[in-house]
Amino acid sequence: MSEARIVHRHNPDPVASTVADLAVRVRGVTKAFGQGESLTKALRGVDLDVPYGELLMLVGPSGCGKTTLVSIIAGTLEPTDGEVLVLGQDLVRMGNGRKVRFRRENVGFVFQSYNLLPALTAAENAAVPLLIAGWRRQEAVDAACEILDRLGLGDRLANLPSELSGGQQQRVAIARALVHGPRLLVCDEPTSALDAENGRITMELIADIAVQSDRAVVVVTHDARVYSFADRIASMEDGHIDRVETAARG
Amino acid sequence: MLWIAWKMLIGNRVKYLGIVFGVMFAALLIAQQSSIFCGLMSLTVSQIRDVEGPDIWVMDKNVQYVDDIKPLADTELFRVKGVPGVDWAVRFYKGIVRARLEEGTYEQMILIGLDDETLVGAPEGVFLGSIADLRTPDAVIMDEAGYRRIWPGEPFRLGRVFEMNDRRAVLVGLTKASRTFQSFPIVYTRYSQAVRFAPPERKVLSFVLAEAVPGVAAEEVCKRIQADTGLQALTKRQFVRKTILYYLAKTGIPVNFAITVLLGFIVGTAIAGQTFYLFTVENIRQFGALKAMGTSNWTILLMVLSQAVQVGIVGYGVGVGLAAAFGYAATRGLTRLSFFMPWEVLAMTAVAVFLIVLLASLLSIRKVMVVDPAIVFRG
Repeated sequence: MSEARIVHRHNPDPVASTVADLAVRVRGVTKAFGQGESLTKALRGVDLDVPYGELLMLVGPSGCGKTTLVSIIAGTLEPTDGEVLVLGQDLVRMGNGRKVRFRRENVGFVFQSYNLLPALTAAENAAVPLLIAGWRRQEAVDAACEILDRLGLGDRLANLPSELSGGQQQRVAIARALVHGPRLLVCDEPTSALDAENGRITMELIADIAVQSDRAVVVVTHDARVYSFADRIASMEDGHIDRVETAARG
Repeated sequence: MLWIAWKMLIGNRVKYLGIVFGVMFAALLIAQQSSIFCGLMSLTVSQIRDVEGPDIWVMDKNVQYVDDIKPLADTELFRVKGVPGVDWAVRFYKGIVRARLEEGTYEQMILIGLDDETLVGAPEGVFLGSIADLRTPDAVIMDEAGYRRIWPGEPFRLGRVFEMNDRRAVLVGLTKASRTFQSFPIVYTRYSQAVRFAPPERKVLSFVLAEAVPGVAAEEVCKRIQADTGLQALTKRQFVRKTILYYLAKTGIPVNFAITVLLGFIVGTAIAGQTFYLFTVENIRQFGALKAMGTSNWTILLMVLSQAVQVGIVGYGVGVGLAAAFGYAATRGLTRLSFFMPWEVLAMTAVAVFLIVLLASLLSIRKVMVVDPAIVFRG
């Protein structure tokens, strides 16, 4: 984290001046699992803003609530309390059906374990979000091939995930996350299973392709080698944001 | 998305084959056992169906099935003939006799006695000799299966002589005939000859075969015969139904087959259900990822159901195909099993397979419906 510098503590909104500039706005979010004596508070009042055009990294020790927070931001988990605005939509008040549609249209996912479908080829895997959106199979696969080509996998389109290296699989996952042009990209430990070189390439691709003025990227990571790709780094500790640092990307 | 479901399914060959095996096993067992059951039931009525021509069977009012012979007095024939709406009526003998062969051995046989003048009820598949030869003294015609049973491996030879009730019978013809429930050889002869071959009884007439006047329904004539004579009169179709119902109600045959079919259903459901559930659990993160990416629960439900239907179709096809192949072998003499696969068996098996895949997929459906899409963010 040599290139990062601490700019403030407990101030979630150092960059944007209005709510309209924010891709993600989280206020007072708590999340508890279990009941009674087994109650676990994963989030204890989180405030966080992510402006459009930013790549924010969520870092912190295991169990600090990073995954819970990113799940809430992605709309796959309900908070116990608090306010969550993503791309101007109030996820807390959004019904389940609308939330499913919201994710389908607006959110791209890159998972730690890739979660590629083992029976589908690279091109078919990358086409999945378009198929979910109702595209015709051939058109979806053609679009996926284009983006895979941009990611340097033009010669691996027909390969199954088991025939690809870890780095190649993660690139397929990135292609899948971006193929439908989502405005929010959520990445969970995208480099943890990769060696240094592939980790760097993966983050370069995310930073180059995903970070645009009308998009935002939230990356959960433990991998200090990739901190330099962040615009800001939010450090979590025991269920809350401990500090937010501005980093010098690239 | 259903295409993805299909690829997910066949992508895991071992699980896929396991599920298909479960369904196939059930379909095979259900179709095969049901067809054997139908075959057995058809044997019970084969002698009714083999009698071509007359549509009305008249018998003692207490007869319950075709082999339940309660002899009538010969005069009953004339009473039946006198009922309005009866065009014509003839005598028909059916009984079991013991024959003494040339070799000195004894053989049980089904003896059929046909009206002397008209030979109504004669078999149509005579391939050696002719029906007309029955008019010669002591003449009998035997069914092919019976001949092969009595004289296995020997060529067909007319003129063979054997005895029934110490009276000489001469083989003058061979015919094709449906197998009977008892599997005894069948010998056809004239009525007057049959009553001499049969053990002496005061009454010997088994059935009166009759035909309704053209334009009058056979059912209506049956009612008239019953009302006027006190005898039981049934159409061929009614007699077939009555006989089958007797075997269904009064024998353990249906229960035995039902138990086997039920076991096939349970075992098939258990194998398919367990394997399908394991397949779903194995793919739960993939389903979670699809849900995270915006696949609705409804689509996920359709995906799982389509997977279930796909294995159901394949398992049904293979299972029924194997059952049919078994039946083909059985009816080609490789086994002595009776086998009859009507469309009802195929339909019933299809319903059973549908239920199996539905039950098998229930646990899986519950699993994928409740899976939290956030599962994909957990390590």
